[in-house]
Amino acid sequence: MEKKIEIKICIGTLCYVMGGSELQLLAEHLPEKFKKRVDIIGSTCLDYCLDQEKYGKAPFVEINGEVMAEASINKVIDYLIKKY
Amino acid sequence: MIYSNNATLLRRELITKLAKLFIEGDIKDIDRIPLQIAPRNSVPIRGSIAKDRAILKYMLMALLGYNISDEEDELMTLAEYAKKSLENHNPGKNILTVVDEACSSCIKTNYIVTNLCRGCVARPCTLNCPRHAISFIGGRAKINTDLCVNCGKCMEVCPYHAIVYVPVPCEESCPVKAISKDENGIEHIDNDKCIHCGKCILACPFGAIMAKSQIIKILKRIKTPNEKVIALVAPSIIGQFKASLPSILEGIKRIGFDKVIEVADAAVTVAENETEEFLERMEKGDDFMTTSCCPAYTELVKKHVPQIQKNVSNTRSPMHFSAKYAKEHFPEYSTVFIGPCIAKQFEGIYDECVDNVMNFEELGSLFIAMNIDVSKIDAPEKISNESEIGRWFAASGGVSNAIAATITDPSMVKGLKINGINKKTANLLKIYSKKCPGNFIEVMACEGGCIAGPVTVCNPKVADKQLKKFFEDNKK
Repeated sequence: MEKKIEIKICIGTLCYVMGGSELQLLAEHLPEKFKKRVDIIGSTCLDYCLDQEKYGKAPFVEINGEVMAEASINKVIDYLIKKY
Repeated sequence: MIYSNNATLLRRELITKLAKLFIEGDIKDIDRIPLQIAPRNSVPIRGSIAKDRAILKYMLMALLGYNISDEEDELMTLAEYAKKSLENHNPGKNILTVVDEACSSCIKTNYIVTNLCRGCVARPCTLNCPRHAISFIGGRAKINTDLCVNCGKCMEVCPYHAIVYVPVPCEESCPVKAISKDENGIEHIDNDKCIHCGKCILACPFGAIMAKSQIIKILKRIKTPNEKVIALVAPSIIGQFKASLPSILEGIKRIGFDKVIEVADAAVTVAENETEEFLERMEKGDDFMTTSCCPAYTELVKKHVPQIQKNVSNTRSPMHFSAKYAKEHFPEYSTVFIGPCIAKQFEGIYDECVDNVMNFEELGSLFIAMNIDVSKIDAPEKISNESEIGRWFAASGGVSNAIAATITDPSMVKGLKINGINKKTANLLKIYSKKCPGNFIEVMACEGGCIAGPVTVCNPKVADKQLKKFFEDNKK
């Protein structure tokens, strides 16, 4: 069986207000081949917003532990396709 | 579809920075914000850093409560505007203002000739143009923008489909043709026509249309030691954040409001009054009654469909009832309505019980500025169901449902819903004025209802899901 992919979406208020609410629709936009492999978890603030210089701008998601700044549905899907 | 674009996010960033400065007592440094957002040597978005900064300055001016056209002296600093705004500046009675520096990027006429033009012999474009606006230069058709009247005949007749229609987004979005170009090609809002629906704010890809904000006036109230402030929170707050309703309300309290009231409580009264009024009107033989809670809709009727003015419910809006309740029970408090809406800001100016109006975008930005994370606030999960039907007002169809739930005989109501005001539905109302197929018309200016308002923080589809889930969970 293929390895599971865990996507943590930050639902902290900052991420949410700065465009993160869109990410709540990620599950329904995932390509078929990822639907079973991906676990989407809503997470309280991941604290990346505290260091904009290091991590970039909100909204943040974590994909198997790797942080993505300015995350959007398309950006996450592109990343999945490239990497997995 | 992605809802929050870079223009929206930039506005939120500006509100956050402005609020932060005020809270930290450094509002005098406001002129540094454009420099922080567009630093030297960064890649300009609109051609040059100087232009980017100028636009940011004007956006901030609107956030301080000014019309951009109020500018008399280009050298006047934002710090001075802020100072005046906090003293006794009267923002006037219009809400929307155009950042002219940011505008003007759109084409003058809607039709342009692309390079697919073959310069044919037949030239039906020139023959069919009623204004003789098309000439041939270098073997290719060219439209004289001074003569073109946007009729579109040239596009229809071109055998190569070489002429295309290019929309001007704000003009396209305006349901009442209130926004158009002035002689310099800059958009201008006609306040005699504008219904303050805010659709142009969402539509403009350059973020050139701003609502004049009351945010620093509200912050000043909150920070004044002896002043007590009540927040009146619109029902559509449910679903705006990834947090329970009690957590959001607690978050609003932490901003510094002394009391927080759900406007849904008052919406129950509105549903009761409207039901009673409906029955009276039917008894009297009226054709139909239509709702009065959406302020963009009531403006639409006033300015564009006056023939149905007599059919608009005389019951005032939930915001008014909520503010009236607050003023009666807590007369020493000021009232701040918090909602998803631009038009409510306009309604607030004329409502004797409402002191200020703030929107969800400003609320979200305030949460960020004050490090309040509502998703982390533990508040009691259980809330009262008493105002349940008032909370329905948040989405399209909600008012109709509330009336149906209040009336003894729901079969009396032959309801019609207009979910979103646009050019088409505005016309539909004119038809209804002559012959109406129902006896109760609910109209909400925003498609989806208040949860899809122009100044919300959440993608409307997500907000709708969360609202539905809230009602599901609350039933249990």
